[in-house]
Amino acid sequence: MSTQIAQPRDEPALIRRILAGETQLFYDLIRPYEKMVYVTIYAMVRNEQEAEDGAQETLINAFRHLASFRGESKFSTWLVTIAMNEGRRRLRKSKTAAEDSLEASTEDHDGDFTPAFLTDWREIPSEALEKKETREKLRAAVQTLPPIYREVLILRDLEELNQEETAAALGITISTVKVRLHRARMMLQKQLVPYLKESGAARKGFFGRMFQ
Amino acid sequence: MSLACKQVWEHISEYLDHQLDPMLLREIELHLENCEICSAILDSTRNVLVLTADDRTFELPVGYSERLHARLRAVLQNPDAAPTKT
Repeated sequence: MSTQIAQPRDEPALIRRILAGETQLFYDLIRPYEKMVYVTIYAMVRNEQEAEDGAQETLINAFRHLASFRGESKFSTWLVTIAMNEGRRRLRKSKTAAEDSLEASTEDHDGDFTPAFLTDWREIPSEALEKKETREKLRAAVQTLPPIYREVLILRDLEELNQEETAAALGITISTVKVRLHRARMMLQKQLVPYLKESGAARKGFFGRMFQ
Repeated sequence: MSLACKQVWEHISEYLDHQLDPMLLREIELHLENCEICSAILDSTRNVLVLTADDRTFELPVGYSERLHARLRAVLQNPDAAPTKT
């Protein structure tokens, strides 16, 4: 993702050259974002094949419509907006559309949110991700968030867009971004913390520390 | 006047994003020093987000890039498919 960009790139110049006919440079333009596009769609559609097809469609569309990119936003923001629209289109088409329509599409105002309680937390190191089951659990938690919360979380916490870019990509205000992001993060905490605390990964860390 | 736990939870996301105004931040930090439950909720939320955002959590399928480039090659080589204004 963003960390893959090793050095500053002159994207506007690359885009001008592609539009002038050096189409091969398109590969260079998209290289840092290939994963971002896939992850964005996968986190929405919950299906690898759909996500891969969607990522291909997104990047082909980006190429075909490159001339309409005005440079008012960053190229990455423009691209992730196309990816998100592709993800939404595929969701509507898929069987899960029926489920999604039942999920929150606007803020619910039942404000009373309670996180998962615990009296202490022993940090779960990233080595826990070596377990397939842990990765699956984390992905499922993101993928089953109601869409309006999931979209904000994907852009802010997975793709690391800032608040302004996220607001622009989703056509919502910055304060809505903040509210939705907070709820999304709290929903993840509530869902994942009991699992992680009980999982082998957490116990291993616990015993590891105990017997040191 | 000290904050209730519930008030602290409402600001966890802003706390993690360093967006709290200094006065509220001080109050929350004071609360966290004395409240095991809120500290654990904060730490676990931060931990969950670090794991979720880790590159390994959402991995690319094997061969993704090759298949993508093959598909793009067909489009890029077709002169009719050159970028157009829409």
